[in-house]
Amino acid sequence: MSYAETHEHHHDDHDHKPTGLGRWLFSTNHKDIGTMYLVFALIMFFIGGAMAMVVRAELFQPGMQYVDPQFFNAMTTMHALVMIFGVIMPAGVGLANWMVPMMIGAPDMALPRMNNMSFWILPFAFTMLLATFFMEGGAPAGGWTMYPPLITQLGDGFPFLIFTVHFLGVSSIMGAINIIATIFNMRAPGMGFMQLPLFVWTWIITAFLLIASMPVLAGAVTMLLTDKYFGTSFFIAAGGGDPVMFQHIFWFFGHPEVYILILPAFGIVSQIIPTFSRKPLFGYESMVYATAAIAFLSFFVWAHHMFTVGMPLAGELFFMYATMSIAVPTGVKVFNWIATMWRGAMTFETPMLFALSFVFLFSIGGFSGLMLGITPADFQYHDTYFVVAHFHYVLVTGALFALMGGAYFWLPKWTGHMYDEKLGQLHFWLSVISVNVLFFPQHFLGLAGMPRRIPDYAVQFTEWNMISSVGGFVFGISQLLFVWVIIKCIREGKKADEQVWEGARGLEWTLPSPPPFHTFTIPPKVDEATAHS
Amino acid sequence: MSNPQDTYFIPEPSKWPVLFSLALFLAFCGTAFMFNQYLATGNMPGFGSHLLLLGFVAVFYMFYVWFRDVIDESLSGVYNNQVDISFRWGMAWFIFSEVMFFAAFFGALFYARVYSVPWLGGEGAGAATNEFLWPAFENVWPLLATPDMTVDGLASKFTEIKEVIPAFDIPAINTIILLSSGATVTFAHWALKKNQRAGLCWWLFATVFLGFLFVILQAGEYVHAYNDLGLTLNSGIYGSTFFLLTGFHGFHVTMGATMLTVILLRSISGHFTKENHFAFEAVAWYWHFVDVVWLGLFIFVYWL
Repeated sequence: MSYAETHEHHHDDHDHKPTGLGRWLFSTNHKDIGTMYLVFALIMFFIGGAMAMVVRAELFQPGMQYVDPQFFNAMTTMHALVMIFGVIMPAGVGLANWMVPMMIGAPDMALPRMNNMSFWILPFAFTMLLATFFMEGGAPAGGWTMYPPLITQLGDGFPFLIFTVHFLGVSSIMGAINIIATIFNMRAPGMGFMQLPLFVWTWIITAFLLIASMPVLAGAVTMLLTDKYFGTSFFIAAGGGDPVMFQHIFWFFGHPEVYILILPAFGIVSQIIPTFSRKPLFGYESMVYATAAIAFLSFFVWAHHMFTVGMPLAGELFFMYATMSIAVPTGVKVFNWIATMWRGAMTFETPMLFALSFVFLFSIGGFSGLMLGITPADFQYHDTYFVVAHFHYVLVTGALFALMGGAYFWLPKWTGHMYDEKLGQLHFWLSVISVNVLFFPQHFLGLAGMPRRIPDYAVQFTEWNMISSVGGFVFGISQLLFVWVIIKCIREGKKADEQVWEGARGLEWTLPSPPPFHTFTIPPKVDEATAHS
Repeated sequence: MSNPQDTYFIPEPSKWPVLFSLALFLAFCGTAFMFNQYLATGNMPGFGSHLLLLGFVAVFYMFYVWFRDVIDESLSGVYNNQVDISFRWGMAWFIFSEVMFFAAFFGALFYARVYSVPWLGGEGAGAATNEFLWPAFENVWPLLATPDMTVDGLASKFTEIKEVIPAFDIPAINTIILLSSGATVTFAHWALKKNQRAGLCWWLFATVFLGFLFVILQAGEYVHAYNDLGLTLNSGIYGSTFFLLTGFHGFHVTMGATMLTVILLRSISGHFTKENHFAFEAVAWYWHFVDVVWLGLFIFVYWL
């Protein structure tokens, strides 16, 4: 039974939507809140991107060019905080808001008012964070990891940084609780757990990671706060504490956090690849179990971020082997994506191009991660540009590319219009080429010994830095094209039908494009044909 | 499920979520300004503390109006079984997130006791640490004198602890109080399930009383620690872990007792029926959680 059939009976009385600013400020609608999340993430993407441009401009040549070292460090720190907490996470939650209820046949999120609060915290929290630029002592410059004792020397911005983290934690935890309540409680009758689309599965698991790890970060920064203002000595050896303790607590949050960033991306790619291969996802069950295994293991690998800090040998070995073991479920996933494409009737529209480049380039980031996970090798790579190259491959060509692929994939569904395929592909090719020019040379720089988080460097690193900066500028400018494609799609894109993509399967594709304000106010009946793709 | 349209409840647009975010924003900014001013001048009151007060009042008002809406909806009968289950999922995972919040502080305590203090004392991998930093420092727990006191003596930036609070004194009494309150809230639940409102209210009243009694005794311990024992936030890692863990817990007891008070008032007004009383159960869950955390505190902070 498709949506259209059940919808006829009460077509008139359900599609009235609130108007004016109140529609957005007071929303209890998952689609509107999802849109706000996505627009917010896009705006923050350009703010964080501008900071990266400052970094690449300064590093174009050796010597000090444009900014002083303190401001340079503020740029790297704030770039990370904005991109992680203001772009990748909100974009992922935005997609979840839009898609999860439609994919499981629910009318909305389980707790719609709390959903709105999860979103509206973000603009307030980032106002606090960005305001630190105008305070005495400037913006946080000690790295996004906020290691003491450096971070406690920050000026007036310090408490604002700490409270921003608390605030964002509140938002994330409420969002995660909402997603869990929605998926566990709001599935349409007949939609069992093993019929859920993989995007929904990755979000269940991400939500558990959020609930288990964000409070730990809140605890860690609370201790920073009391160390600075209340005379405690958690991270001060003279009082019996240990600065390394902060690193342990931080990374107990920090490593699950990187899977919070990437698992939704895995989910998106697992929706796109079957659609454009016109085949069901290969090894659906193993994908679910692999995702769960990655999430579980992510709680036992945190110290691989701190191999050089001086841990006992047993600790170094344990965390090395635990880290290596994550490669197994990740390998299962990459294998399954490739096996899905095997002998598929493939076409290469923009979402598929982003998904394909995700599989290749995320794997590069995965492999460089394995290199970093080898303790003795890490002693060489630690805190060099190799690390920067690694995590940008997994976060930019990984998480971000998947999010962009997801945006192109679902844009026709959201807006009811097709985006311009030629421009979309142009955006893809510009991005994929420039991003490799940007980050691949950083592997060489790191292996040659260039440290990260410095505004100046030895002259032998000049050529690769110049190339990297050029790639960075082109990548930055290319993203303006993305905004243009979205605007053009909304304003003049040609009408999209409900199916949108020939190979698309799942409940969301049975709805009209754009879907009415309220969908599935009557539970749809789920059968094999509309179950997961 | 005869009429499927009845299975979903979606609330109307609401002003409270965005205003609640604004209220929290004011409270956070106020606290931050207050801390900055305190560090610069040694004075708490000022612009920041006024902003904090405003934010605090606003947060409370938001709790009030938001919950008022939810209670009105609940009493008017628009909630169905599915909404009830969503609330259950929400509360359960909220409590789990609180467990993880406490885990961070327990983690700090265990790290200090198992690693940092023994290493500073020269055990195992810490031999060189001890040799180079404070060679005269020895690993003991409770840690009364901080490592730097072995060199700086009274010039240390920390204060020495004369004595710690023994487990089998007020803390043991507090344990009995909290465990009893866990029992009384269960008796209240039993009374509710038998539709005995008087029993419900009296047992709830007893629970609230025990909860606030715990907070008062705990506050008395803090005064004693600060005035007589030299045990303060500033007395090294022992004082740090002691006050953060017990303080954070005490804050949760206060919140839980306040929530119980609201439930008591609602019980007196006859809001709950034997079938429909999730608000009661949610607060009872929270209360048991606070109880269990205390047992962890009693064992690892006071006793062992």
